[in-house]
Amino acid sequence: MSATPATAEVTSVAPPRERSRVVLPALLFLLLALVPLAVSFGMPAGWLALLTRALIFAIAALSLDLILGVGGLVSFGHAAFLGIGAYVTGIMITEGKSEALVILPAILVTCALFGAITGAVCLRTRGVAFIMITLAFGQMIYFLAQALSAYGGDDGLTLYEKSTLLGFNPFANRTSFYYTVLIALGGAYLLVRGLVASRFGRVLRAARENPTRVSVTGFDVTRVRLIAYVISGMLAGLSGFFLANHTEFVSPAFMSWQRSGELIFMAVLGGVGSLHGAIIGAVAYLIAEDALSHLTEHWRAIFGPLIILFVLFTRGGIVGMLRKLGSRHG
Amino acid sequence: MAEPVLVLEALSKSFGALKVTDGVSLAVAPGELHALIGPNGAGKTTLVHQISGMLTPDAGTIRFRGQDVTAFNAEKRARHGLARTFQITSTIASLSALENVALGVQAKAGHPLSFFRNAASDERLNRPARAALDAVGLSERAHVPAGSLSHGEKRALEIAMALALEPAAILLDEPLAGVGKEEGERLIGLLKSLKGRYAMLLVEHDMEAVFALADTVSVLVYGRVIASGDPAAVRADPAVREAYLGEEG
Ligand SMILES: Nc1ncnc2c1ncn2[C@@H]1O[C@H](COP(=O)(O)OP(=O)(O)O)[C@@H](O)[C@H]1O
Ligand SMILES: [Mg+2]
Repeated sequence: MSATPATAEVTSVAPPRERSRVVLPALLFLLLALVPLAVSFGMPAGWLALLTRALIFAIAALSLDLILGVGGLVSFGHAAFLGIGAYVTGIMITEGKSEALVILPAILVTCALFGAITGAVCLRTRGVAFIMITLAFGQMIYFLAQALSAYGGDDGLTLYEKSTLLGFNPFANRTSFYYTVLIALGGAYLLVRGLVASRFGRVLRAARENPTRVSVTGFDVTRVRLIAYVISGMLAGLSGFFLANHTEFVSPAFMSWQRSGELIFMAVLGGVGSLHGAIIGAVAYLIAEDALSHLTEHWRAIFGPLIILFVLFTRGGIVGMLRKLGSRHG
Repeated sequence: MAEPVLVLEALSKSFGALKVTDGVSLAVAPGELHALIGPNGAGKTTLVHQISGMLTPDAGTIRFRGQDVTAFNAEKRARHGLARTFQITSTIASLSALENVALGVQAKAGHPLSFFRNAASDERLNRPARAALDAVGLSERAHVPAGSLSHGEKRALEIAMALALEPAAILLDEPLAGVGKEEGERLIGLLKSLKGRYAMLLVEHDMEAVFALADTVSVLVYGRVIASGDPAAVRADPAVREAYLGEEG
């Protein structure tokens, strides 16, 4: 890591932690932007599809990090939003409305409504009860999708067409699909980052640590958390839009509790609360999943414990580990 | 005499069979420093919790700035100008001292939950926050995370957080608890400097501090106010001496 220009001057202007918050995300997005180039120089083309999928999940993991890492709310039903986004996409395309500018508003409104209603109930509870209720709402949506017999029910729904955007077909080509998702992820990242740094975000962060202090300061903690929950759900819905277009298929499994658990794993693996950690976590998770599933059928039995060990020993996930390395050398 | 800012009328609260607040009535005038003393377990903290809205009384009313606020929750009372500190320090450990205070400024600001501007560099929040830090002598420590401050500094920070709300009244629950002699003296000096500017209800164990600061002293024993009046009279009250001051030797 001799590349880090660790002069005393730089350190005195911005502490290492602040620096890593700019350098690491910038590096990350630069690397991601270069992936299609690497593919054209001989990287196996399968990587592009895998990483597109990873970036789609990165949007969902990032949105989860807003409530989980920043707000301190462990939602075990986040895949419901992803599933709603995917289903709205699937249903609308089936009904002949494939334009993204028509589908996306429908997704955002549906997810916001679902988030506002379920959030208002969930946020009356704390701790384990919150986890259980979010899980219950997630399962409710899962069974609802199973009951949607007009749209495949249990078997899921195959899409024979992809979305268009302003009449163009960004999803027809692998590279343009990848870049479209990357741009959406970049936008989502900047949005969430801006939110976290805003007055709203400061209250959300403070309430994670000390809700009593925040409420005697004059803030309605539940309301602040509800707003975060709704925004987070809308972003997860966006990732569902991409996922439906990518797999060309939607099924109830998209919103199973296992999927919600995977999203938590991604956020925790990358390092909770840092935002870019969720992106790194999602990419690492999907690459590891791909590699292990080629090795053995029982990869889940290896993967789960591996992640738990990793998180236990690094504390702070991949981002925490990088930060420690950075400060040792800086 | 001016209309009192804070009035408690026959407040009562029980935890199961234990009556912790037993018909407490008292009033704090604008600018008055009203000290509340009493042995451990007398119910002082429980009373402060009820006034700040963290606990609901079983009976009685709380009037604040001429309004019955008994049914208001904690955040609504804070927005009406009622600030408090805690017996056990309560700050946001990972935020800097400045940000802790800015949180209070933000609560009073026009857009307390605005989504778009960076809050950390917002001078509309930072300027008043720095002034409050300055008032408690923490300007040098503005960028230190609250969790890394010394115990006495944390106590001062809590007072700055209360000041940031531009409150009409401040409830101080044992602000000197666990503080060494030197820092304690600094805090007493700080409270003196605030005296007359805010209505304050000061719960305190340190008798020297109480008699040096208070305009009025009330004595709480087993949830009941057994004496209330100017410090000299309360100090001389035989019931008080027996129930409370006597035990101090
Ligand atoms: N939440 C509670 N549940 C039951 N008993 C409590 C609770 N809070 C305080 N108490 C009891 O009420 C009494 C008064 O406590 P407190 O108000 O903290 O006294 P003080 O601040 O005067 O030392 C104590 O006996 C304490 O054990
Ligand atoms: Mg107490």
